[in-house]
Amino acid sequence: MHELSIVMSIVDTVEKERGKQQADAVESIELDIGMISGVEMDAFYFAWDAGVSKTILENTKLKINRPPAKAKCTACGHSFAATSSFDACPECGNPFCDIISGKELRIKRMIVIKN
Amino acid sequence: MCMTCGCGNSTENNVLIARPGKVNPEELSLMPEQKHDHEHPHHHHHDHPHTKTVVEMEQDILQSNNLTAERNRGFFEAKNILALNLVSSPGSGKTSFLEKTLHDLKDEIPFSVIEGDQQTFNDARRIESQGIPVVQINTGQGCHLDSDMVHRALKKLNPPEKAVVMIENVGNLVCPALFDLGENSRIVLISVTEGDDKPIKYPDMFQSADICIINKIDLLPYVNFDMEKAKDYAKRVNHHLKFFEISATTGEGMDAWYDWLRKERT
Repeated sequence: MHELSIVMSIVDTVEKERGKQQADAVESIELDIGMISGVEMDAFYFAWDAGVSKTILENTKLKINRPPAKAKCTACGHSFAATSSFDACPECGNPFCDIISGKELRIKRMIVIKN
Repeated sequence: MCMTCGCGNSTENNVLIARPGKVNPEELSLMPEQKHDHEHPHHHHHDHPHTKTVVEMEQDILQSNNLTAERNRGFFEAKNILALNLVSSPGSGKTSFLEKTLHDLKDEIPFSVIEGDQQTFNDARRIESQGIPVVQINTGQGCHLDSDMVHRALKKLNPPEKAVVMIENVGNLVCPALFDLGENSRIVLISVTEGDDKPIKYPDMFQSADICIINKIDLLPYVNFDMEKAKDYAKRVNHHLKFFEISATTGEGMDAWYDWLRKERT
């Protein structure tokens, strides 16, 4: 259940940024959570509800983008959409491919409100 | 961060970090009441319009963990320390592997150990009985070590110049994968009593590791474990992995691992 740590890390980061911006509330937040980032979304939503309670993010609208997994073959260089972190290259069959996207874990932007 | 109630200000209250035998009884009267002293914005109702600002963050969610990990890494580098993060599921033999390594090399290499478990000082006592400096981290409800816990443990441990710091993570093949501790190398252990498809069942951990140690090879004749298949699966997930096949009980295969350890220190 590392998802709760991730939620608490978001709360901390947002609190700091809110202070810097001298904002009073956070209307919405947009996250990138890659398809193979290691975050289980059901657990994340569960942790979100528990974790943001009584914090600055309690009533904040949450938007989550899911960047798809992409891999690049180390043999032929072909880039392809992957379904896991261990897909073989669909062009040449080489099982050794590097993940080039889908591992994102990022706070993209937020909209803050100043009273 | 608090993993009991989800309040974000109580890491210090929830995690116990101490040398065995030096536990402050006050610390042990577990988990003081969580203080909810977050600041809450006031919801005034004024007449003037509220202004909205879009803040482009583009910030890694785990940035604060990563920053502290880099700080740990800087500490290790400055003191010429080799730090290794041992991860595996519970029961793969991390502590036995560690004990065997310490036993065989302690006259040659100054070791310091950080033990991570949810509860008990059992592992730290096992290490301390060999005369090795050790700090135990009890994470309470936490399922992984993070860089801040290691940072605080390092302050208590104070490892000497050119030491090898072995960090035994909480037994868990999922959660520790995402948390950089500042280590030089991450070592994932599996044992032949587990399934040979572990690497593709838990790919994140194998992808984030540098070394894969396959333990309990003395039991190979009795179990249905296909060594080549396991290594092939692991390589599919991470083709940079380096393998050692060992038995912490009989000592078989440990020499190759010791050679690697000696080489990494120089």
